[in-house]
Amino acid sequence: MNRRNNIWAGVDWTVIALFLCLAIFGWLNIYGAGYTFEQSSIFSFSNRAGKQFVWLMGALVLGFCILLIDERTYDILGYWLYGATILLLLITPLLAHDIKGSLSWISFGPVSLQPAELAKCFTAIAVAKYMGRYGFTIRSWKDWIIPCTMVLLPMVIIMFLQRETGSALVFLAFLLPFYRQGMTGKIMGSGVLVILTFVLVMKLNLIPESVLNKVLQPHQLTRIEVLLGMKDDPTGAGYNVNQSLIAIGSGGWSGKGYLMGTQTKLKFVPEQDTDFIFCTVGEEWGFLGSIGVLLVYLWFILRLIKIAERQRDTFSHIYAYCVASIFLVHLTINIGMVLGLLPVIGIPLPMFSYGGSSLWGFTLLLFILLRMDASRINKLQ
Amino acid sequence: MINDRYYKRRYVIAGIAILVVLVYVVRLFILQVVDNTKSAKADSNALVRQVVYPSRGLIYDRNDSLLVFNQPIYEVLLVVKEMGASFDTLAFCHALHIDSVQFVERITQIRDKRRNRGYSPYTPQVFMGQLQKENVSLLQERLFQFPGVTIRQRTLRDYTYNAAAHLLGSVGEVNQRDLDRDSYYQQGDYSGRDGIERQYEQLLRGQKGVEVLMRDSRGRIRGSYHDGELDRTPVAGTDLHLSVDICLQQLAEQLLSEHIGSAVAIEPATGEVLALVSQPAWDPKTLVGRQRSKNYNALLNDEHKPLMNRAVQAQYPPGSTFKLLQTLVCLQEGGITPRTEYPCAGPASMPIKCTHNHGSPVDLLSAIEQSCNPYFWCAFRDMLQKDGYGTDNILFRHRYELWRNDILRFGLGQKFTDSDIPDQVSGSVPSTKLFDRLYGKKGWKAITIRSLSIGQGEILVTPLQLANQAACIANGGYYISPHLLHNDSSWDRHETGIQPSYFDLVKAGMLRVMTNGTGRWHNSPEWRMCGKTGTVQNPHGKDHAIFIGFAPQDDPKIAVAVVVENVGFGATWACPIATKMMRQYLQQHWPELKTQE
Repeated sequence: MNRRNNIWAGVDWTVIALFLCLAIFGWLNIYGAGYTFEQSSIFSFSNRAGKQFVWLMGALVLGFCILLIDERTYDILGYWLYGATILLLLITPLLAHDIKGSLSWISFGPVSLQPAELAKCFTAIAVAKYMGRYGFTIRSWKDWIIPCTMVLLPMVIIMFLQRETGSALVFLAFLLPFYRQGMTGKIMGSGVLVILTFVLVMKLNLIPESVLNKVLQPHQLTRIEVLLGMKDDPTGAGYNVNQSLIAIGSGGWSGKGYLMGTQTKLKFVPEQDTDFIFCTVGEEWGFLGSIGVLLVYLWFILRLIKIAERQRDTFSHIYAYCVASIFLVHLTINIGMVLGLLPVIGIPLPMFSYGGSSLWGFTLLLFILLRMDASRINKLQ
Repeated sequence: MINDRYYKRRYVIAGIAILVVLVYVVRLFILQVVDNTKSAKADSNALVRQVVYPSRGLIYDRNDSLLVFNQPIYEVLLVVKEMGASFDTLAFCHALHIDSVQFVERITQIRDKRRNRGYSPYTPQVFMGQLQKENVSLLQERLFQFPGVTIRQRTLRDYTYNAAAHLLGSVGEVNQRDLDRDSYYQQGDYSGRDGIERQYEQLLRGQKGVEVLMRDSRGRIRGSYHDGELDRTPVAGTDLHLSVDICLQQLAEQLLSEHIGSAVAIEPATGEVLALVSQPAWDPKTLVGRQRSKNYNALLNDEHKPLMNRAVQAQYPPGSTFKLLQTLVCLQEGGITPRTEYPCAGPASMPIKCTHNHGSPVDLLSAIEQSCNPYFWCAFRDMLQKDGYGTDNILFRHRYELWRNDILRFGLGQKFTDSDIPDQVSGSVPSTKLFDRLYGKKGWKAITIRSLSIGQGEILVTPLQLANQAACIANGGYYISPHLLHNDSSWDRHETGIQPSYFDLVKAGMLRVMTNGTGRWHNSPEWRMCGKTGTVQNPHGKDHAIFIGFAPQDDPKIAVAVVVENVGFGATWACPIATKMMRQYLQQHWPELKTQE
């Protein structure tokens, strides 16, 4: 049997369809968010929608190429790729330009890249490789030391050297595959407990401000304080969220119509084509459009879990869970922030938000999984 | 997976994903469907409603002379939040010819929410209003230097003639009462404050338009919303054509300019007011724009009370002019006939004696001609006592009631309710109740109220009522409610119910007043003028001079009443003014008037 033919037969087209669905709807909304009533074409490079189109085309080419690469490459190169990623993360702050306090972007001419987006993927591969190796079993907490270190290392670098809290928090996604592999549920539970304690402690002002200022950046501190209702400041720190809520709330049942939103068009919501892109959906497509998008995401994530469960080797099983979890965490944090339920943590909405790095990062993550899935039939045969 | 001990955990993980999405769906439902405050907030964020003012209706006189029109003025508006730190206050002050102290003071006033209720730092606030073009031209040139500053054009009233100030009224900023009463108005709007401007405010003001504009997060205007779908173009106010003849009005004002007094002229056939004059008056131009409140206060504190429109608000006893009504009512109700004669001296006429020099006894026409007091006292007495007094004075009091009702039907003792003349007072014709209270039901007789017979005592009329009385006689028994709108036939006709032939008698008497009697020195026989003078006793000073009349006798075109306060005889002071008004109006020739255009 010709193996190559089997690849295309085994590709999960549902996931690709959902991926394209979200990416194209996202692209339309990026156009909407940048639209100023006297607008250039959606393909014009002078606006972000035009650029996003190019990124999207690039992502499709990238995805196609990945499907052609033998999945065993990742098994073989897993640790090397991880090592290279850590190295890249380390040198990034040295090369980076300061963008709003963050040192996570490297520029190549007109194009900027965020290595942290790649780190998620290669960390997932390395973790999956380590935990999926023959004979790896979990008998005590000591067996967790190495996988946890693999996750914490990029997290710490991104948080403290690149000062990019949002991207670092995404690595919490690895808790879910760990849990699936047998990590006791108490750790998940205690995670929730830690968050609750943190809220309580902040509310009651138990930590001296001098200590807080060392751990958190001032803007992060105010974001948390605003979220907890300790500060009411609709024009200052709470401005983004307040305007975001107004934009979404004014959408009503069915929205104001595509390109008709006043909140987003007139730039009341900052970052509306990147982190706050969901506002545009809420304002212009209303409740129906918003839950539509959420349900497509849910379908997408549940589909990834289904794919994960049908893998026949532990490596791809764990990797698939990592991918599903990363998407879930992105969705949770981003929408939670836009809806004012979580503090403002700047991470993109997968496939939706403007940006090449994040789109390509997710493409890489997803299509490696699709390749593994497509060739699962050949395994153990 | 084989031997997977934790396979159930897949459901936990899927459950977490479903739970998260569920929570967000609920949150979205609350935000978008349940809570509807957000839409309004989004609108107030992004939409600015800018009022577009209509031009106010113009006012013309009966001959299409333009009386009131609009002149452009300018307002400097300022958005506090857009001024920014680099705002060059000194240059701004220089451009507006003010100093920085005034600037700070004005900004403080604007920001004081107690004085400026609608204040928002994001919307344009009036920094200075009612500026002439030359005051804003410097700023206009440099507007680009001052972010947040705009210049808006509005209109103020302007006047062709220095005349008819009371009648036309003025336009000023609305007050809190207007704002509460009529939601059409907003702070800073103008409305008619008095006179015709107030009376016809609804017609004159037109309909404000609105432009819905979009504003971005920095407050910059980004064009019209939905291509102006929600905009409303302003509707200009309706032009008014008044019944007034501005030449006659000016003439009367000139003739009265040295006096305190008033003059009213009416076209009898239509009830149209041809002139409504009150002196002292003011130049209507002085109650416009920035100087309005200062000048208004000066008028308010003037000892001669110029703001009072004496033509409709001053009340005087009618004096001898009342003898005409007295004649008509006494003839109608019986007591005298057209042939009745009374001696004007001796015990029969006591206690009122005749001061004139004429034969006795006198007949009706001579009595009118000579304004013979005893004659009208006797007629009044005989009319009231016709049936005797009766038990408890009941027959007499009934006769008085008849008499009073007839008098009221000439429009006395009440405002003209179906009229557009503002600020009228009602005057008064004393009621039986009043006399019952003063003297007891049995305590008053004809002799008690004898002053009424010659228009003195408790009876009070306004100059407008006097003129209407003249018009009513001129018409031979009816009047149309006096009004100020030209060519409008919707006004009521009021009948006096008195036999028309009696009016011919009174008219003949009034003609004789002008040919042989008290008006003969100022007569113009070719116009067959009819008139009656009156001199009203005034306990506070010299007598008031009164004249009522109309001309020509057979086809009356104009009826006039003139009152001059504290000067003396009606024949000397009021009569020449009234006859000159009638003569020049009938000739339509105005040699004394200099046009002001």
